[in-house]
Amino acid sequence: MRRVAIAGAGLAGLTAAQELRRLGYDGEISMIGAERHRPYRRPPLSKEYLLANDNDNDNDNDNDSDNGVGVALAGIDDLSVTWLLGHPATGLDLVGRRLHRGALPPVPFDALVIATGVRARTLPGAGELRGVVTLRGLDDARALRAALTTRPRVVVAGAGFIGSEVAATLRALDLPVTLVGPGRVPLRRPLGDEVGAIVAGLHRAHGVDLRLGRRVAGVTGTGRVERVHLDDGTALPADLLVVALGAEPETEWLRGCGLRLDRGVVVDRHGLAAPRVAAAGDVARRPSALLGGELVRVEHYGNALEQGAQAARALLGVAAPFDPVPSFWCHLYGHRLQSAGFTGTGYDLRLVTREPDGRFLAEYHRDGRLVGVVTAGFVRRLTTYRQSLTKEYA
Amino acid sequence: MRVRVDMTLCQTHAQCVFAAPEVFALDDDDELVYDATPADASWPAVEQAARACPVQAIFLDGD
Repeated sequence: MRRVAIAGAGLAGLTAAQELRRLGYDGEISMIGAERHRPYRRPPLSKEYLLANDNDNDNDNDNDSDNGVGVALAGIDDLSVTWLLGHPATGLDLVGRRLHRGALPPVPFDALVIATGVRARTLPGAGELRGVVTLRGLDDARALRAALTTRPRVVVAGAGFIGSEVAATLRALDLPVTLVGPGRVPLRRPLGDEVGAIVAGLHRAHGVDLRLGRRVAGVTGTGRVERVHLDDGTALPADLLVVALGAEPETEWLRGCGLRLDRGVVVDRHGLAAPRVAAAGDVARRPSALLGGELVRVEHYGNALEQGAQAARALLGVAAPFDPVPSFWCHLYGHRLQSAGFTGTGYDLRLVTREPDGRFLAEYHRDGRLVGVVTAGFVRRLTTYRQSLTKEYA
Repeated sequence: MRVRVDMTLCQTHAQCVFAAPEVFALDDDDELVYDATPADASWPAVEQAARACPVQAIFLDGD
């Protein structure tokens, strides 16, 4: 194995490359990225990045010094890889072992890591109006941050992690924010009803106009958004619509290549989709022992790290089967929600502890067995829970 | 090899505890405690912990 291609220059791809080098692989590594940026950290994009002053955001590839707002990832400069940035992989020839990149020369490989992540869902019919933005990449975040300087009236479509964090961040800037979510409570799917209700209380306490059980049906305006229309006929005056309706795995380019695609690239317990083809991070769907072998796809930071490293070990033939316990964090108005394991409406929720100061701990069970925990504040207990989840299902 | 955590940055996201529980832990007050000179065998996990830290508070000094 002398040539490794990594499709996707995000955290999972980067970690795969770092792990390959750490384990002594000294052949070629080509990193193919759709964005013009080298890998960077996404978590700040819905949080402190939007709060930072916008002095110096036009350096094309210069995310290492992007205002010191903390999107840089350590170790990139020391990594010996060929960067093929600004054009996505467009096709995979599994037999000829080549990655296609549109009209550009194909990239031959002996082994491949698929780490193309997800793309943000867009709002059908939002069309060409200015003032309608999604938040997935650094360029999106820069555009959103620039749009905030005019102090817009903001509607956020979608009350998941990104939508909820953006709403909280924009309230910290004292912008008027309406948050529209289809569920009875924000974050209902990943957190469940009772914990989602706690989040709803936080939004209301901080002045968010919460429109629940509603979807954005369309936008109107002349050249740019002026009104956001909900499915109950309400028209909200708005200067900016943030579309935060979740994401889809970036697998279109793999259609027909022979790999198993099922709401992600399906991999085995080693992280392999085919011999010497691994998939890692947001795009990968793998069996979870914690859930009795059910296939899961996880869009959390730690997951990209763990699976990226696992992909490298799988390509080198030194991977042991492993079952990562997912973990997210979410910042809302000075509270930090943290999880271990699997959580949400698919499981039985038990609110174990709730304090007047906002701290809480919730367990999630399936068939009477603990599969996940969410807390604000009880962090040590969270680490204990995670260790027991890891041990029990290792 | 040494580990240093900038405790003015640490917000106890606990991602390091998840990545390298033999090196990082939380005490009774949910404050981070850690082994500044972990065994060589722990080093890959410590590197993973440093990458996982949401506020990039973990610094590794070479061998």
